[in-house]
Amino acid sequence: MTGTSETTHAPTAAEINLWREDFPLLATEVNGHPLAYLDSGATSQKPRTVLDAERHYYENLNAAVHRGAHTLAAEATVLFEDARATVADFVGAEEDELVWTSNATEALNLVAYAFSNASAGRGGAAAERFRLGAGDEIVVTEMEHHANLIPWQELAFRTGATLRYIPVGDDGALRMEAADEVITPRTRLLAFTHVSNVLGLINPVEELVARARAVGAFVVLDACQSVPHLPVDLKALDVDFAAFSGHKMLGPTGIGALYGRGELLAAMPPFLTGGSMITTVTMEAAEYLPPPQRFEAGTQKVSQAIALAAAVEYLKGIGMDRIAAHEDELGARLLAGLAEIPGVTVLGGSAPGPRVGAASFDLAGVHAHDVGQFLDDQGIAIRVGHHCAQPLHRRLGITASTRASTYLYNTTEEVDRFLEGVAATANFFGVKA
Amino acid sequence: MSSSELQNLYQQVILDYSKNPYGVGLLGRAAGQSHQLNPTCGDEITLEVHLSGEGADRVVERIRWEGHGCAISQASASLLTELAEGLTVEDLRTRIDAFRTAMQSRGKIAPDEELLGDAVALGGVSRYVARVKCAMLGWVAAEHALVEAETR
Repeated sequence: MTGTSETTHAPTAAEINLWREDFPLLATEVNGHPLAYLDSGATSQKPRTVLDAERHYYENLNAAVHRGAHTLAAEATVLFEDARATVADFVGAEEDELVWTSNATEALNLVAYAFSNASAGRGGAAAERFRLGAGDEIVVTEMEHHANLIPWQELAFRTGATLRYIPVGDDGALRMEAADEVITPRTRLLAFTHVSNVLGLINPVEELVARARAVGAFVVLDACQSVPHLPVDLKALDVDFAAFSGHKMLGPTGIGALYGRGELLAAMPPFLTGGSMITTVTMEAAEYLPPPQRFEAGTQKVSQAIALAAAVEYLKGIGMDRIAAHEDELGARLLAGLAEIPGVTVLGGSAPGPRVGAASFDLAGVHAHDVGQFLDDQGIAIRVGHHCAQPLHRRLGITASTRASTYLYNTTEEVDRFLEGVAATANFFGVKA
Repeated sequence: MSSSELQNLYQQVILDYSKNPYGVGLLGRAAGQSHQLNPTCGDEITLEVHLSGEGADRVVERIRWEGHGCAISQASASLLTELAEGLTVEDLRTRIDAFRTAMQSRGKIAPDEELLGDAVALGGVSRYVARVKCAMLGWVAAEHALVEAETR
């Protein structure tokens, strides 16, 4: 149940094995076992086309973009802007609605600081709509990654606005009935995650956007865990801003993107300032370029942007609907398998779907670090800890959990190895049901 | 099912202490106290050192602690607690340094049994860089608590 069409057929084992050959690192052995990489929620592996794109750029085209008149500079600029068009189109955005950032964290901070700067009077009359102050409210959810929580806490501290949140129920899902009390005419901005990086649950974007629209609030979507795994059309979702990162979707580290509705980006004051984002500069003040350049100060992430576009081409070549269908199967296998292991509690496991291929769990009496150590010994890479979501873990009554997360290159055999590994760990530590 | 390296890491004494930790429960009114947190996993410990005597002759009467964490961190805090009882403050410092040196050696330096007693069971941890912090948590807390005791 990932929202994919019924007719989409999941890839066969043979197809997946062909894809796996595109990822050099997947052939690695770890501790004498073939690597089973189940940590794509943290960062994905990279196909050869992405690695080649970055190398090709540095070997043949490396030059500063948007400055200089020489041939290489012009060619690099074309590739850089083509990459923007490719990635923008992939998420249903216009080219000038996609701002390159270093990562999704920077993208979210960009929005928060633009609001902050507007609240300090920057951006003139056009930016008045972004001003926050005492009496205004910012709403997030209790399941946010720290990157979509702390920037809003800080924005509230700086502007005098109040931060509120939609609570999570015992089952880990958002308490939508409580959302009505939290989202009020005082709400100016609603920021929430499309897919929980801990629970794998897909949040009801449409419903949340409708509530924000009803009170005239801006909507910021953390799309880090959705864009890599699901077909996502940000225009269709009708959000105002969205952030996602390159390295979780087969791209390199060091690049992320902010989507912003065109008319909003055009009215927003900049966050980072400096070279490449100006029109006229005097000793007293500066005028700024239109978006997206207004938000791209300094040397840009050229090789990373080009490689991220190669990643998007790779994903499109397979088809996001097929990736989603495959991960739907893997996710269901993960959940069903974990449910059979004594002492395992899957976080959000009893919440109704839909969800992506990710599951975090608690093993009674055994710390996540110890679980992770046992799985690593068998070449199985998973994530342990609080997954940058301390408030959610606290809400669910634990400090740390163990997370397995899938991607297009994972096989059912790998999921089974993981499940056997967890069962063996439970056995070693004498876990009782 | 598990490799010999893993069994060396999770020796029986570690498993036993992780299930039945030693020295748990704060008493208050300690000479020094410290709270330490491992931000990557959220594990934490609050540790007290209770001292007797004066000046250079100060002796560790007991260590008490509370916290939560993995098997390694819980066993390590227990082994420290057991080791520290009756040592002079200087002696305990020497042993904390020796333990740290072994832990940070990436498997190159075996812990000295004469100095560290049963805590040598943690020697295998030093080969797992990601786990060194787990083993050090209680020992760092003790180190800070001793500093606090001195400056009070």
